[in-house]
Amino acid sequence: MYIYDEFDRTLVDERVREFRDQVARRLSGELTEEEFKPLRLMNGVYLQLHAYMLRIAIPYGTLSSDQMRMLAHVARRYDRGYGHFTTRQNIQFNWIKLEELPDAMADLARAGLHGMQTSGNCVRNITTDQWAGVAPDEIEDPRIWAELLRQHLTLHPEFSFLPRKFKIALTASAHDRAAVKIHDIGLRMYRNGAGETGFEVTVGGGLGRTPFLGKTIKPFLPKRDLLSYVEAIMRTYNQYGRRDNIYKARIKILVHELGAEKFAREVEEEWHSIKDGALALDPAVVADIAARFHYPDYEELADNPPELAKAREGERFRTWLANSVSNHKVSGRAIVTLSLKPEGGPPGDATAAQMDAIAELADRYSHGEIRVGHEQNLALPHVAQRDLPALRRALDEIGVATPNVNLISDIIACPGLDYCSLANARSIPVAQEITRRFRNLDVARDLGRLHINISGCINACGHHHIGHIGILGVEKNGEEYYQVTIGGRADERAELGTILGPAVPYGEIADVVEDIAAAYLELRARPDELFIDTVKRVGVDPFKERVYAAR
Amino acid sequence: MPLVKAGHIVEDRFVRVLDDAPVPEGAAVILPAARLLADARELVLRQAPTGVIWPNDRKVAELAPYLDWISLVALVFPNFRDGRAYSQARLLRERYAFRGELRATGQVLRDQLLFLQRAGFDGFEVTKEADGAAFAEAVRRYSVFYQPAADGRASTLTARRARGASGAVPSRREHVAG
Repeated sequence: MYIYDEFDRTLVDERVREFRDQVARRLSGELTEEEFKPLRLMNGVYLQLHAYMLRIAIPYGTLSSDQMRMLAHVARRYDRGYGHFTTRQNIQFNWIKLEELPDAMADLARAGLHGMQTSGNCVRNITTDQWAGVAPDEIEDPRIWAELLRQHLTLHPEFSFLPRKFKIALTASAHDRAAVKIHDIGLRMYRNGAGETGFEVTVGGGLGRTPFLGKTIKPFLPKRDLLSYVEAIMRTYNQYGRRDNIYKARIKILVHELGAEKFAREVEEEWHSIKDGALALDPAVVADIAARFHYPDYEELADNPPELAKAREGERFRTWLANSVSNHKVSGRAIVTLSLKPEGGPPGDATAAQMDAIAELADRYSHGEIRVGHEQNLALPHVAQRDLPALRRALDEIGVATPNVNLISDIIACPGLDYCSLANARSIPVAQEITRRFRNLDVARDLGRLHINISGCINACGHHHIGHIGILGVEKNGEEYYQVTIGGRADERAELGTILGPAVPYGEIADVVEDIAAAYLELRARPDELFIDTVKRVGVDPFKERVYAAR
Repeated sequence: MPLVKAGHIVEDRFVRVLDDAPVPEGAAVILPAARLLADARELVLRQAPTGVIWPNDRKVAELAPYLDWISLVALVFPNFRDGRAYSQARLLRERYAFRGELRATGQVLRDQLLFLQRAGFDGFEVTKEADGAAFAEAVRRYSVFYQPAADGRASTLTARRARGASGAVPSRREHVAG
């Protein structure tokens, strides 16, 4: 947990004052909508199909219980009693009134929350592993570096009017839970042969209508150079990124057109001029930021306490434990994932009552800390294993203990045509129908790890390209159709999915998913061969035959 | 368009000269880039100030040989969402140590003034009269700056270096944030 100091607090307060003034000038007509648009976007305010939408940043997915309560308050006071957690560790409120926005922002600011870096053509919320600081396989806490980058790139005077939005993600674990390869800049922390820790830097990853995986332009970047090197990338992009066509304005197109090697040379040249200047990181600065991260004072506990052993006798508990509880780096502790994917529910939604209850449980069982993952689930990162039985009961009561984490019904979906003015098709009802088809968790468990990602249009907010099964909504003669890909993945072995065949109408998409699942059960070599591995081994064709034979 | 310098709307002493027009003697002028590059040998001998309007898709490195006698560089924002000239401004100030007037032209609005000033601009051809009048307020909206830029304002990097070295720990009273 990063603790704000007087600088951080002052900046957020000043931001609220500025935004209040901008809204007043918009309401009085002094600002045109065209002039206001980038200003509101840089505060997370979008104009959606039905109302303004407010997106709040949850930097690197870490929330305090007080912040969660504030989100519940905003949901209740300014919205319709719920919020929606997104794939980029943000939360969105979909029904906010423009004239109430400054008050909502002021309330959020009291808990250190804001909408900076959540939209517009600037650097977006910097994301990382939702298990940062507690994952057994990480080499150090990546949030310290994410926070350094967050600060450096907040209201950056040079990079607030980039050709297009800009996303950065960071991981410090062998297993990449932050999907760094699909980001404009991906940073992978590792230890080199000499035992130093640094970053592998990839650029130009991204989904949308032209999906690319990031390419490595710096195999090893020392920590002291993180800010200057990122500055050099941004400066190169700001000057040479395309501005003539919104669909070709992301850095991935620049990297693709120049070629990764030439792009790397441009960056390198720029970087050499600035690397030993004001941005070279002084260890004292890093130490100061690191000192503002508070870690719980864990009492010493042993693994597998008697309370846990006894609870394992119950089947429901055992199922949940196997599915939703992960290893912690400290003995006697566990990381608990809260599924925001109940049967028939919109993925990632939480009600104000749930948020309040989760805040309460975080205080009681997780040192007041909550995490938000890009899979649109929450996690409690510091749970004592002996508390797991009581915690499961409490989570079950509020509907967030569905043991479907990483299973076929743990679907990632964008808001789609139900909310979004860009969408061609609905996403949420498709997700809801799939969770109904796979409501039998024995079936879902037999299918094993299987990620479905749904986007309502080519902008790919639901990251369909990297879903094990990806579903993309398209429009054909005024009807909603869905194109299916299989074999995508976003981890350290990232790959883009392959198109299965012609798009199918809305009424058939859930059937297609069932057919793919059935085909996998027939095709897998062993019960423990994951879906994604079967696709890799046999290719797309056997799935295609199965799905399209009857259509 | 009103020109703001040192926080006030002032008379513009520079006149713009088009590509083929004669350069008036004894007057401060702003010339197109091509004209400056073509006539540099004569222009350097002028007694009055010479400035250039430099497009946002051309490297400012090309200007480097002339910067010791040019009085003004006008950079262009074809619309306020096109941010290329912010990088050009920082390069001119920080890499090429240009000390003359750096003027923002094109669509220059109130809510960009602080960013512009931080990038090194000190002359602003504001699009709206009211924004010129609001200049002083607009550049004082923030007192905290996370990053060093071309304006010389102190950044938190400096403040934190001092504090980090002293090993200070945050007090418990401060509220917690992600």
